[in-house]
Amino acid sequence: MSTTISFVLNGRQRSVQVDDPEMPLLYALRNDLGLHGPRFGCGLAQCGACTVHVEGKPVRSCTFPVARAAGAKLLTLEGLGTPEKPHALQKAFIEEQAVQCGYCINGMIMQAAAFLQTSKRPTDSQIKEALAGNLCRCGTHARIVRAVKRASESMA
Amino acid sequence: MLTSQISRRDFLKTSGALVVTYALAPKAANAAIDPNTLGPKTVAADRVDGFVAIDSKGVVTVYSGKVDLGTGTDTALTQIAAEELGVPMQRVKLVTGDTLLTPDQGPTFGSLTIQNGGVQIRQACATAREALLDQAARKLDVSRSNLVVEDGWITGNGKRVAYAELVGDRRLELKLDAKAPLKDPSAYTIVGKPVARLDIPEKVTGRFTYMHDLKVKGMVHARVVRPPAMRATLENWSDARCKQIPGYLGAVRKGSFLAVVARDEWAAIKAASAIEAGWSKWEGLPDKAKLWDHVRATRVAKDEVLQNAGDSAAALDAAPKLLKATYDFAVHTHGSIGPSCAVAEFKDGKLTAWSASQATHLLRKQLARMLDMSELNIRCLYVEGSGCYGRNGHEDAAADAALIAREVGRPVRVQWSRADEHGWDPKGPPTLIDYRGALDTNGNVTAWESEAFIPDRPGQIAVTLVAADLAGLPKEASHPGNIHQGLAIPYAVPNIKASAHWLAETPFRPSWIRTPGRMQNSFGNECFLDELAAAAAADPFEYRVRNLKDPRGLELMDRLRKLAAWTPRTAPAGGAGEIAKGRGVSYVKYELVRTYVGVVADVEVNRRTGKVRVERFFVAHDCGQIINPDGLRNQIDGNIIQTVSRTLIEDLQWNRSAVTSLDWQSYPILRFPEVPEIVIDLIDRPKERPWGAGEPTAAVVPSAIANAVYDAVGVRLRSVPFTPERVRAALSA
Repeated sequence: MSTTISFVLNGRQRSVQVDDPEMPLLYALRNDLGLHGPRFGCGLAQCGACTVHVEGKPVRSCTFPVARAAGAKLLTLEGLGTPEKPHALQKAFIEEQAVQCGYCINGMIMQAAAFLQTSKRPTDSQIKEALAGNLCRCGTHARIVRAVKRASESMA
Repeated sequence: MLTSQISRRDFLKTSGALVVTYALAPKAANAAIDPNTLGPKTVAADRVDGFVAIDSKGVVTVYSGKVDLGTGTDTALTQIAAEELGVPMQRVKLVTGDTLLTPDQGPTFGSLTIQNGGVQIRQACATAREALLDQAARKLDVSRSNLVVEDGWITGNGKRVAYAELVGDRRLELKLDAKAPLKDPSAYTIVGKPVARLDIPEKVTGRFTYMHDLKVKGMVHARVVRPPAMRATLENWSDARCKQIPGYLGAVRKGSFLAVVARDEWAAIKAASAIEAGWSKWEGLPDKAKLWDHVRATRVAKDEVLQNAGDSAAALDAAPKLLKATYDFAVHTHGSIGPSCAVAEFKDGKLTAWSASQATHLLRKQLARMLDMSELNIRCLYVEGSGCYGRNGHEDAAADAALIAREVGRPVRVQWSRADEHGWDPKGPPTLIDYRGALDTNGNVTAWESEAFIPDRPGQIAVTLVAADLAGLPKEASHPGNIHQGLAIPYAVPNIKASAHWLAETPFRPSWIRTPGRMQNSFGNECFLDELAAAAAADPFEYRVRNLKDPRGLELMDRLRKLAAWTPRTAPAGGAGEIAKGRGVSYVKYELVRTYVGVVADVEVNRRTGKVRVERFFVAHDCGQIINPDGLRNQIDGNIIQTVSRTLIEDLQWNRSAVTSLDWQSYPILRFPEVPEIVIDLIDRPKERPWGAGEPTAAVVPSAIANAVYDAVGVRLRSVPFTPERVRAALSA
């Protein structure tokens, strides 16, 4: 009864066996493939903690059916960079110490990574608008904005 | 006994094909000292070896009952231990919140991790260092006064010996010496420095293991089926439809506790919505529109005078000018971004529960009571979760998992849904305070009375476990936290009476949520003081300073005045335009015994829409010795931003049966475009005791905003949140 769904995840060909092709991609990434980057926050596409890139676009993986990822290129926080070789955004978040509990940070970085692909030198208010759909409860917003700004400058 | 739909044997049979990876929480895995050679580690809080171990490689392990909760205290505690022992931070490992290994230092609440937990660890480290110095003096035959400690080496007269060699893998079997001399702060090289947080590189790259990521071998997934009305009882149920779901394993029912179990998480989610359950009707919640009438009509269990000076009744009677006002504060949810999650496993009659609990020792006690077990047979381990800001649902998820795991004989993971978290975490209770104040003809406050209507504190500090509630199992009564704190005022008023009416009931299971009571009470206090200042035609900043006698408080206010470039104002000055600007001030000495915070808020009020926008906060902060100034600034930012959200927006919604604001649409929080600028002045006092900083700043945020709104448009906002509707109503009143 189960279906095999294949995609390119962080540059590697991967596949998962699923009973339900409507299962959100998030569960395949976290439970079947063991990733820790994308996080479960609401299951309603309201908070952004689960954000991953599908074909370069930020997607709320908690409501995105895994079947729709078939054949697609997926990028998660793990694929963006590592502690040893961080992406400019990850480096900037470390430099600005832009984390409290960090549960929302996956979404902040993945949303910002997509945003910075098209907005090269954003202003603070453009960054705030770009992240307006991502929720943070600890109140790390000011540092997150500084980190995204710093990353944009280092990437320019 | 539970009535489980499936027997344990069937369960194991059906779930036999399950494949999971094994990954114990890394901290716990590293922590265990070989029990074959050393026996059980002591967790006594009066023993050095309760807190500290040094191995033969010189690695220091520090055992802390206080846990990080996303606030950065793991880094700060590591700094404290490394500094006091004289070892590099890289050589210090921290084990936190494991009932088998860490001393019970009380729940991680009340801004006490550094102030109490850190100070205890510092003393244990100082005791160890002094003992090692004595030992080194004998071993090296060098006078004690000629020895110095650096990087884990003790040196003197050209000789040296390492901690590692002195201790080996042996225990530091010493009584903690409360008088062991502490390192002179002027020689600090780690404490007081903006050390980068240890957890951030892993958190920004997906390497960090949160509670939600924890996998235990053989683990299955469960979801609890919540009643549609909070105290409804389960009358009947059928899981016939669940059986169509691949991976569905069965249901567990006890009283009104009903849960579904499946091999994978998505199957559990689908089963929880497929199961059919019949519930009784229950409409016991108060009408939200008449909440404050309900609070006033609630039976008072006892009255308590919290602060008493002079004769306030006589002074009010004699006063030429009398003011009265009532302040109220909405019900708030913790709003963790990651809903609560836990894993529990029963093996050989023993329970292990992993959760992001801020109080694993307390949780162990509660689980023991609920399950009628000995605490000795329960181990609770902290694994960091989403920020909780108080007692949210983490402990409840652990109780859910434990109750289910006992039935199914496999490790069980329970992940709460968003609706579970918004609907079923315990709430910050509704708070109502009446004020009366008197002024003499010179505008001085001659009398101050406050009466708070707040839920009673029965029994010990604990919040009921939802699973015990639903299943009808033994439990403690819910304790809302010390929410009377902060009602007493820091000002020199000759006649004061601050009192609490402890209410016998409150609509929702109450618990502490960041700055519990201190926020609500400071809101009323600092706004009402502003009303008295306005009635006296005095500048509110000067009026506070005039009534403060505490030199440290006065120094703080002086720093704040300069930071914010405060200019005196004695009447609202926002002008008549559509957008009016104003600024307000507020001050707190936390619980009258510790951290001082003064803030100035700059706001904009749109007279047409009623929208309040907080543009900027200036913060002067004195928590004594600062351990990590950058971590402290991060906490202050969080206090301000989260509390601006609570003050302007947040308001739990419910009908007569249940909470109805079950997601981020119906319970919105502040978003990026609304976040204020924050300007901070830290007052560091390296020679003083370190105090807490996780809560105090939040205490003064609602009042500073309300006072700024008054300065802008001349109306008093006495109900949190300050929604556009309320502001428009106040403007047209």
